[in-house]
Amino acid sequence: MNNESSKQAECSIIHIRGGIVIDPGHINRRADVLIQDGKILEVGYPLKQTLKEDASATILDAKGWIIAPGLVDLHCHLREPGFEYKETIATGSASAVAGGFTSICAMPNTQPVNDNAAITQFIVTKGKEAGKARVFPIGAITKNSDGEELANIGELVGAGCVAISDDGRPVMNSLVMRRALEYAKAFGVPVVDHCEDLHLTDGGCMNEGVVSTELGMPGIPDASEEVMVARNLALADLTGVCVHLAHLSTARSVELVRHAKAQGLPVSAEVCPHHFSITEEAVRGYKANAKMNPPLRTDEDMQALRQGLVDGTIDVIATDHAPHALQEKQLEFDAAPFGIVGFETALPLTLGLVHDGVLSLEQAVDKLTRAPARLFHLPVGSLAPGSLADVVIFDPEEEWVVDPEQFQSKSRNTPFGGLTVKGKVKMTLVDGRVVYDGR
Amino acid sequence: MTWKRKDLLTIGELSVEEIELILTTAESLKEVGGRDIKKVPALRGKTVVNLFFEPSTRTRTSFELAAKRLSADVINFSPSTSSVVKGETLIDTARNIESMQADIIVLRHGSPGAADHLARFVRSSVINAGDGWHEHPTQALLDVYTIKEQKKQIEGLTVVIVGDVAHSRVARSNIAALTKLGAEVRVVAPPTMLPLFVERLGAKVYYRFDEALNGVDVIMMLRLQRERLGRALLPSTREYATLFCLTPERLQLAKPGAIVMHPGPLNRGVEISPAVADSSAAVILDQVSNGVSVRMALMYLLSGSA
Repeated sequence: MNNESSKQAECSIIHIRGGIVIDPGHINRRADVLIQDGKILEVGYPLKQTLKEDASATILDAKGWIIAPGLVDLHCHLREPGFEYKETIATGSASAVAGGFTSICAMPNTQPVNDNAAITQFIVTKGKEAGKARVFPIGAITKNSDGEELANIGELVGAGCVAISDDGRPVMNSLVMRRALEYAKAFGVPVVDHCEDLHLTDGGCMNEGVVSTELGMPGIPDASEEVMVARNLALADLTGVCVHLAHLSTARSVELVRHAKAQGLPVSAEVCPHHFSITEEAVRGYKANAKMNPPLRTDEDMQALRQGLVDGTIDVIATDHAPHALQEKQLEFDAAPFGIVGFETALPLTLGLVHDGVLSLEQAVDKLTRAPARLFHLPVGSLAPGSLADVVIFDPEEEWVVDPEQFQSKSRNTPFGGLTVKGKVKMTLVDGRVVYDGR
Repeated sequence: MTWKRKDLLTIGELSVEEIELILTTAESLKEVGGRDIKKVPALRGKTVVNLFFEPSTRTRTSFELAAKRLSADVINFSPSTSSVVKGETLIDTARNIESMQADIIVLRHGSPGAADHLARFVRSSVINAGDGWHEHPTQALLDVYTIKEQKKQIEGLTVVIVGDVAHSRVARSNIAALTKLGAEVRVVAPPTMLPLFVERLGAKVYYRFDEALNGVDVIMMLRLQRERLGRALLPSTREYATLFCLTPERLQLAKPGAIVMHPGPLNRGVEISPAVADSSAAVILDQVSNGVSVRMALMYLLSGSA
């Protein structure tokens, strides 16, 4: 990533051996991986290249483990600039690689908002300085994400933004959203929408349903998401531009997208691990670490999201990593901010779908690597020869107990603390450098 | 049956036996209010703190009077006029109060779950005096006490709760208490004022007041919170009064001898006509005096005096 480390990578050869390589769509078998100059040189078994007993060759033993492209997250919040007490680009990207993520896309709701080239360049520079995961900024759709005037999208893309979104402050004005889609077409960047009708949400802070009624908590109806999903599908049809729907949470959203895809509309969708792993029941006891937006829904929604992953309605798994400080999550439930950290639990939760027989291991890896890289046109997510040597090595079977105190993230806000999960990241490489070693 | 809880947070968590213990304890303490010297020494040397984050006169006064009749020292703390304005959190405020050796903290707060939240952080006993739209357990206990006083038993009665159930902690606590004790509970309101899945709380749902009144033993009116008018819940106070004001004519639809309750303060002419509020069917002032007995009973039980 930065100059020094790429020089270091240049003169070294890494030989990862003994594992099973899953490069979705290409390889799914026992194979070794050879890395040279920070790029994939060869994947196979036995290797065709003959290796000399070279002092600079590093052997990484991956026996019994999975070797896959480094994970790609299209949706995270790194909080810098502006909220460094929650997370910095350095701590966020350290958390990412600890979770196996080598490429992460940072939402623009920083302070100031990433709606201009200076902020974008700042994020890119900080990401490189951190030297962990690749950090790809997402620019704002509108100035200050106020939902009124378009941001300088051309300038943002020129400075390195890979997509645009007003995540967290959804574009409520449908005309502005239409213009954003049309304008973005010229730059080929995806437009990402957090689908939420804020009028329907009306101050709600958990799923509106049986549990909210029992707890006396203002609810967010599923319709709040669905009316905006439906709007965005209509706008995708009108403009011919792909809308990427962030973190779907309801059964009807999945159904709407399935129907739209069957009609050939340009649309893609993501789901977060928490939405396919737990339900609104997790809120009982007023657990602020189970508060996020969109909220945890019902078991029926959870099953529909899983089915959406299976049949391809939902293209990718994204974390929506959203760190908040302890004192913020210690507030009363309705006063606490929305969001949970996600990098360091995403892989085991996704592997939970494999252990439950919902997805094959290759499908699961695909939703975290190749599929997201393709959606945002990122030059990663593959182990083909010549690719950037971004690699995750994990043990799919190892059980461990989630301990938030051990997180690399600056924040600890997760509802999964104490949960026994299966699947542990052993090593993460970026540009052929080991950036995380969890052996 | 002995009392074991540290806190009183919700009706939902209480067993029927616990509710009955509170009611019988209240019955035996009621007599204190009729004495010349209205005081017993049960809580002498104990400190009760009324921590009210929302404005309240009658509930706070009722708790204060209950504590004083038990000889406790009472502190009233209204954080809107103190440190909360400076950004102190609920937990820090409460820990400060606890450090002053408070035995019982009576909490009213706008956030659902606030009492539950507080109880996990402090060793003092916590009484929930209303948490957002969630629960107001002492109101339900005094309501149940009043109904029992009038009707001898709860089981088999039909009770209708009228008005903004969605935003009412009084309604949630009463539905929980009355269904536990074997009453049939109806709710009636414009559908905008009923929460999703309200029937899962155990109530039958009505939208027309006249139908809902048919054959009921108890009519429990909720106060119309006028500040909600702007939230597209209701067209106007006038239309609400036309559809939901309890008038003498409507009272005729209930079972003969039906009683009328209201947690106060009344909007006369909006949800209740003066002719009904001042009639012999109304037990609104009994609710107020029973409130003191029930709160005395709770503090007595929570202080471990039993």
